Amino acid sequence: MTTTREPAPAAAPHAHESAHPRGGYGYQDLQPLMSLMSGDEKHDPAATSTLDALWVLYDRVLRVSPNTADDPERDRFLLSKGHGPMAYYAVLTAKGFVPRAWLPGFGGYDSPLGYHPDRMLVPGVEIGSGSLGHGLPLAVGSALGLRAQGLTGPAVWALVGDAEMDEGSNHEAVQLAGAMGLERLHVVAIDNRSATYGWRGGLAARFAMEGWSALTIDGRDHDALYEAFTAPHPGRPHVVVAEVEPKD
Amino acid sequence: MDTMRDRFGTVASRLLDEDPRLAVVLAVISSDRFTDAAKAHPDRVVDVGIREQLLVSVASGMALTGLRPLVHTFASFLVERPFEQVKLDLNHQGVGAVLVSAGASYDNAAGGRTHQSPGDVALLDTLEGWTVHVPGHPDEAEALLRHAAADGDSRVYVRLSDQTNLAPVAVPPGRFQVVREGRAGVVLAVGPMLYPVLEATGGRDVTVLYASTVRPFDAATVHDAVLRADVPDLVLVEPYLAGTSADFANRALADVPHRVLSLGTSREELRRYGSARDHIAAHGLDPAGLRRRIDGFLEG
Repeated sequence: MTTTREPAPAAAPHAHESAHPRGGYGYQDLQPLMSLMSGDEKHDPAATSTLDALWVLYDRVLRVSPNTADDPERDRFLLSKGHGPMAYYAVLTAKGFVPRAWLPGFGGYDSPLGYHPDRMLVPGVEIGSGSLGHGLPLAVGSALGLRAQGLTGPAVWALVGDAEMDEGSNHEAVQLAGAMGLERLHVVAIDNRSATYGWRGGLAARFAMEGWSALTIDGRDHDALYEAFTAPHPGRPHVVVAEVEPKD
Repeated sequence: MDTMRDRFGTVASRLLDEDPRLAVVLAVISSDRFTDAAKAHPDRVVDVGIREQLLVSVASGMALTGLRPLVHTFASFLVERPFEQVKLDLNHQGVGAVLVSAGASYDNAAGGRTHQSPGDVALLDTLEGWTVHVPGHPDEAEALLRHAAADGDSRVYVRLSDQTNLAPVAVPPGRFQVVREGRAGVVLAVGPMLYPVLEATGGRDVTVLYASTVRPFDAATVHDAVLRADVPDLVLVEPYLAGTSADFANRALADVPHRVLSLGTSREELRRYGSARDHIAAHGLDPAGLRRRIDGFLEG
């Protein structure tokens, strides 16, 4: 592998996520929440490719809640891969941003929950997405905007897919963020091997070549995700390539 | 006299000193004009390199965090090349920015088609809520840039050009100015087209209106001027694609039987180099070409 290995975090707590934190929803509730949208009891791997990464981020990493959704000091999570947002809506519901009662209306004319999310309609959604290759460039701008205001605390996260990385706009963003050493910028790239021509040498190598801290891990392993998400990366932006089942 | 683009450099640099909310985002073009500003405000002057999609997206990301970005490159690379970023990262995200272009329709005539953007205003017209300033003089450019920078979170396009009128006209943003009153029809001149229009209509008894802000379109002033004339004839003279404002004019006059002549650059690609003066003449936007067509219309 050509991935860059950061030193392991000092203490990676093992399985510290709880089943039902404070009476809320747990990980095992996410698929039933998705079923409210899809009508299906089970979801294929493509529909859940982002589910584990999203859960670990919102459950253990991101410092944002419904109460701090407008706080300048909050962490920003930008879902760039806006296609197939059921897992995202399920996690936002589990974390209290989106009312559960909205889910059955998914995609309906009167529903705020579309097949691609809209930040103007859904609480907690930082960007409207759907057209690929916008979220990471927007995240670069957000990191620069926060830095220009002296807000060095908030982390900025963008979630992309490996096929989405085909978009040239992402390469503009990867290069600039690496060159500028945007330390508060983070990317989680869900790799289900759906890029049309693949990424020779792996996706992480593209980021590492531009000066990013880059890790590749099992995108279904919550502790591995947590460890990679929280790995230190001083002076550099950080990408976590989360490998999941290849898309058919 | 400095150019509008020079003035943008000096005014924006000063505005950065005055307003901590402002940022300047560049893609190499004109970065030499911001050397000192970048030293004074290293985090609020960002040159993304030759990456125009990123230029607009970075501005949007900054706006999402509360800044007001001034975004600049040539018109062809600011509006046309990253148009989806304008549509999605600014409009769809519901954030504002000030896009400041240079080059306009034919400033860089010898540069050829790649550096000409006669369709920029028409493209922005497909989107909601854009204020479009087309100054006709560097002093107007300064006033409009200052207004745009302080204009809340609005989406503003400032179209700078090397083509200028001999003297500025003081116009409140959003209003058209009556420059001359007449009875035989109304001619609306946009930005740098004012002096050519005044020359072309010298000796004709027409009303001349001037617009340095073309969106919003001051329908009330156009409506009143056309009703005051003896004949409900309106000529639009714009320094970009002919007919760009025709729909706005027709809507302003929806309750009046009227005629509209739209003058501007032609849709056909002018596959010639030369000077801006050559291109202005080729599009019939010099005083002689304007006079011939305006006379033909009003006498027809």
